[in-house]
Amino acid sequence: MKRLQEHFEVHDPNLNLIIQTSIRILVPFVQLFGLYVIVHGHYSPGGGFQGGVILGASFILMGVGYDLKKSMELFPEAWNIAMANLGTTIFVGTGLVCAAAGGLFLDYGALSNWIGIEPAAWRSLGIFAVEAGVGFTVTSVMLSLFWDLSSRGELDGGL
Amino acid sequence: MDGLMQELVARYNYWIYVILMMIGFYAMIGKRNLVKKLLGMNIFQTAIILFFVSIGVKNQGSIPILSKKQALEGVADVAQVINPLPHVLMLTAIVVGVSVTGVALAVLQRIYKEYGTLEEDEILEKISKR
Amino acid sequence: MNKRSPLKILALCSTLITGALLLYGTKDFPAWGDPNSPASAHLSPHIIENAAKTTNAPNLVTAVLGDYRGYDTMFETVVIFCAGIAVTAILRRPRS
Repeated sequence: MKRLQEHFEVHDPNLNLIIQTSIRILVPFVQLFGLYVIVHGHYSPGGGFQGGVILGASFILMGVGYDLKKSMELFPEAWNIAMANLGTTIFVGTGLVCAAAGGLFLDYGALSNWIGIEPAAWRSLGIFAVEAGVGFTVTSVMLSLFWDLSSRGELDGGL
Repeated sequence: MDGLMQELVARYNYWIYVILMMIGFYAMIGKRNLVKKLLGMNIFQTAIILFFVSIGVKNQGSIPILSKKQALEGVADVAQVINPLPHVLMLTAIVVGVSVTGVALAVLQRIYKEYGTLEEDEILEKISKR
Repeated sequence: MNKRSPLKILALCSTLITGALLLYGTKDFPAWGDPNSPASAHLSPHIIENAAKTTNAPNLVTAVLGDYRGYDTMFETVVIFCAGIAVTAILRRPRS
């Protein structure tokens, strides 16, 4: 009990201990579920967009429970921009690699000219690469939307 | 006239979409508050998404994810699997809608910072006084 | 601002007219759950029969999204990316 009182004297009393602890426990599971939704998109409902939104929501949860500073410690601003770029580049790059392998743009089956596994398997891998790229972009854009909209672009404090 | 009414009532699912669309449309063109306009746009979008997804429904159809046997042997019965194409289109539409909502909220925040209000006629007044 | 401005009545009228026209249009629409509706008659049987075999992805939505409509999905990703850039450009101010 004394430790709790000290905690509230040291920290901002607006930040609730129960909420913070439960969010800290919850966030790894949310992230794991987001990765599952992205990776398992071939066999169950899901895919890059949905999984990316769940992954972004885990960081948003940290931003809601603590403050934007905590969220930006976990996922720095520079990484955020780099990851949005990386996702789009992965998508376009996959298409360009397919074109270089002798097919059309985003025609994953043409990659079997280089490595001789059947085109259906290449299409499956190509879809996975594309979904991963979409997941990266959506994660970082959702997080950056939350940062900007909740702090009026000043990136301090937050809600 | 009686037969027409019966035909319309038999397709009552379309009534829901049309009523949702009317709510959104009225909010977009009739309201003076910009946030209400944005909410109206989202309601309109929801109506269209519901309409498209309901087009793909088939009676006694399952979700568009094939079982292992169907996928391996390629023996999917077309009547047993609902139409996946509207789902794909609406996945696209939802994502674009989120982007549009984000940009619109950002613009609204800028307008509020600039003029101190989100009411359309007050903003127009302040613009004309400059 | 008075409550009953003429513009609002005009808006209500146009909304009602649009809704009535759309409701009249549903007369020709397929019934709920019709397997032979026009939307599922042309392209969708081909996709249901072939997509899982040609892409190794039993989830047909993923197969169509990633492969058949890959170009569409690419520009959709670009749209999200542009939305992120636009919000950053509109709102974010350098910290002093």
